[in-house]
Amino acid sequence: MYIKQSNHSAPALSRRDFLKTSSAIGGGLVIGFFIPGTTRFANAEQAPVAPSAPNAFLHITPDNKVTVQINRLEFGQGVHTSLTMIIADELDADWSQMNAQLAPAGDAYKDPLFGIQMTGGSGSINHSFTQYREIGARARAMLIAAAADRWNVAPEQCHTAKGMVLGPNGHKATYGELADAAMAQPIPQKIALKNPKDFRIIGKPMPRLDSRDKANGKQQFGMDFALPGMKIAVIAHPPVFGGKVAKYDAAKTLDIKGVAGVFQIPTDRGGSGVAIIADGFWPAKQGRDALVINWDTAGVEKVTSADQLAQYQALARQTGTVARDADISALATAPKKIVAEYSFPYLAHTPMETLNCVIDLQQDHCTLWVGSQFQTFDRAAVAATAGLKPEQVTLNTLMAGGGFGRRAVPTSDYLVEAVHVAKAYRASGKSGAVKVIWSREDDIRGGYYRPSHVHRAEIGLDDKGQILAWNHVIVGQSITQGTPFESVMMKNGVDNTMIEGMGDPYEIPLKLSAHTVKANVPVLWWRSVGSTHTAFVMETLIDEAATLAGVDPVVYRQKLMGPKSQRHQAALKMAVEKSGYGTRKLPKGHAFGVAVHESFKSVVAYVVEASLEKGVPKLHKVTAGVHCNLAVNPLTIEAQVQGAILMGLGTTLPGAAITLKDGVVEQHNFSDYTVARMPDMPRVEVHIIPSSDPPTGMGEPGLPPLAPAFANAIAKLTGKRLRSLPFNLESA
Amino acid sequence: MLTLNINGQDKQFDIDPSTPILWALRDNLHLTGTKFGCGAALCGACTVHINGQAVRSCVTPISAAVGQRITTIEAMDEDRIGKALQSAWVRHDVPQCGYCQSGQIMSAAALLKTNKKPSDADIDSAMSGNICRCGTYQRIREAIKDAAATLA
Ligand code: FES
Ligand code: FES
Repeated sequence: MYIKQSNHSAPALSRRDFLKTSSAIGGGLVIGFFIPGTTRFANAEQAPVAPSAPNAFLHITPDNKVTVQINRLEFGQGVHTSLTMIIADELDADWSQMNAQLAPAGDAYKDPLFGIQMTGGSGSINHSFTQYREIGARARAMLIAAAADRWNVAPEQCHTAKGMVLGPNGHKATYGELADAAMAQPIPQKIALKNPKDFRIIGKPMPRLDSRDKANGKQQFGMDFALPGMKIAVIAHPPVFGGKVAKYDAAKTLDIKGVAGVFQIPTDRGGSGVAIIADGFWPAKQGRDALVINWDTAGVEKVTSADQLAQYQALARQTGTVARDADISALATAPKKIVAEYSFPYLAHTPMETLNCVIDLQQDHCTLWVGSQFQTFDRAAVAATAGLKPEQVTLNTLMAGGGFGRRAVPTSDYLVEAVHVAKAYRASGKSGAVKVIWSREDDIRGGYYRPSHVHRAEIGLDDKGQILAWNHVIVGQSITQGTPFESVMMKNGVDNTMIEGMGDPYEIPLKLSAHTVKANVPVLWWRSVGSTHTAFVMETLIDEAATLAGVDPVVYRQKLMGPKSQRHQAALKMAVEKSGYGTRKLPKGHAFGVAVHESFKSVVAYVVEASLEKGVPKLHKVTAGVHCNLAVNPLTIEAQVQGAILMGLGTTLPGAAITLKDGVVEQHNFSDYTVARMPDMPRVEVHIIPSSDPPTGMGEPGLPPLAPAFANAIAKLTGKRLRSLPFNLESA
Repeated sequence: MLTLNINGQDKQFDIDPSTPILWALRDNLHLTGTKFGCGAALCGACTVHINGQAVRSCVTPISAAVGQRITTIEAMDEDRIGKALQSAWVRHDVPQCGYCQSGQIMSAAALLKTNKKPSDADIDSAMSGNICRCGTYQRIREAIKDAAATLA
């Protein structure tokens, strides 16, 4: 439950001021933290000048419980636990008294760096580490001040330990006992943070706070949220993106027991569809199956993947918009050459929990319960569609069963459609909440894919295999063009999310250009974004260059890295040493493969062990060297690396591709869209480089180096370079 | 009207007999521990036990379960094997997003009922119908073996 605030009037605020308010529930100490709007993105909802009721980050109740508001979505990455750890450590609380709640949409919960409330870019810990430490430290100081007052001693004579303040004369009091008195204390403006060597909780492998509820079925996800009398809706989407309903016949649908209504609604990209509202998912789905719809797709572009590939390949032979220049004149005369063309398909995110949201639309208010990665944009989009102001929209964040980017949609596609469903339902004279559920087919066919790409590289090398010149062209759709992110992410006509991960950490004369193609297929960030393809290209090409040079691929990489690559060097060295690369003898038919890549400020190196089983690539073992600076929760990081490995492995498997024919997506469900399963899972060992520098994110960086490391191992076994994801041995 | 025995209790349903058990549980009984992942017996998120056997509830109509014993994740802590698995799950910090985990535990429980000391290969094959997009497979393997050891 979200903690309601009383109308405590807030003093005038300066940026990054801390506030305290009394709590309507349970009393005690509540610390709020407000950052006035520093939105970097166009269209983001504007923050008010001063908040009338600042949101609480931290609530200590007289029963000695500490509840932390999490300013992010928890969808597996572990912030529920790790952000709580950060506050608990500076607060000097006892871990057993800590609880966490996901914060609703609210200005206080905007990302301190981005100025919007969001979960993405592996930024949760990276951006909120200091923020959460300061909140914990301030609360601790106020508890000490309250205790000192009570005991009539100086604050300096008191100290804290595990949720207690201890005084000079054997005094002690729990935080819960002091919470109300601490409320009366001024909030310290300056605060000293702990020396990292004094961390008790940060840096320790802490078990997740939510594992018990997730093991006994009690954890509530968006999909599980229900209100009395709530209806369930499914939507028949146009078969081609932006297509429209020409006419439909709902007679059979309306005959189905439990169907409450059928409505034509606007859908994403200017299309239209038909929503079926019923007592439950089953009648709604049966109702959808029974609908007869004639679609009008005349006015929309119909993409066919094979044609698109040919178009991209032709473009890749021409220089695009230059993103990075270099003298590549040596290409003409280089004694050795690598010419390589790569292709990558569209990919669906397929989180295990499909998209859904509960919406309760009233005359002058709208409430949503949703596992959103993008609360600020989602709230604004819902308000605009409903004809309300953002402050008339309450968006409650519920835990989500994965997301990988699909719940961070600049267009808020699934929520805008949900508002249309709710509007149509209301307009028919009905009231009450509706839960819109996407089936797996809706999820796989509903767009917002990792864009398809073609890369073409021409590399000139000298007789010793050293790189003299590298001309590189990337073709694909832009993720951010036309969205509020365009202004910060597109530079000189090139979308950074298309080229990120190219070049670094190697000192090479690389000329990089890109063609931005428009296509009627919605695209989106997909866990690790541009690095899903750039890391594959970079790390397989560098490996190939090493082979051509006759130099060990680890040594070749180490020599080519610039002086700013100490974290890369450390991660690679760690993976190499722990894996036994070069020293451990592998079984016959097995080979090592190596890759290292930085994304979202963290570096991950993999040494993998792979073989061919009846001609099929098989990944046996992965040894990871991870550099993410301070590892806040090593247990979570290990889990994130395992998960990223599995997801990266998934991109190599046959059938891990979304393809289109005449505008229609050809895949439907997990039967024809492959994801990795348990037998695919290699043994994973994760080694983290010790560091006390401010932490960098780990939600995504484990993914990019997996596929190239695997491909490099396979190349060693076959002598053939894999040039696509998923792997295609025939064309190699 | 149709009667099903769910977690030891008889429950009446006035819905289409073709309704999958999954939706009867979720929409009619508000037992939401059993999850929807694919609706086509492809992911295992909806796994329940019928007479102790793992069944994909998203493709099993309620009409097929009349007179049978349906057990869901909500009753697993009353089951010796289920309880051991849930404890092992917590010890090994298995869940990430957690959405697939009810189904994983139901499949694992069915495995341990017939195979007290499963090998890696046994586990992989028994669990291959349960997708986890977060990639918790390695910890699931460890937790199953640990649970098996505590039950031995
Ligand atoms: S929901 Fe039943 S197997 Fe996927
Ligand atoms: S824990 Fe997220 S899908 Fe398995």
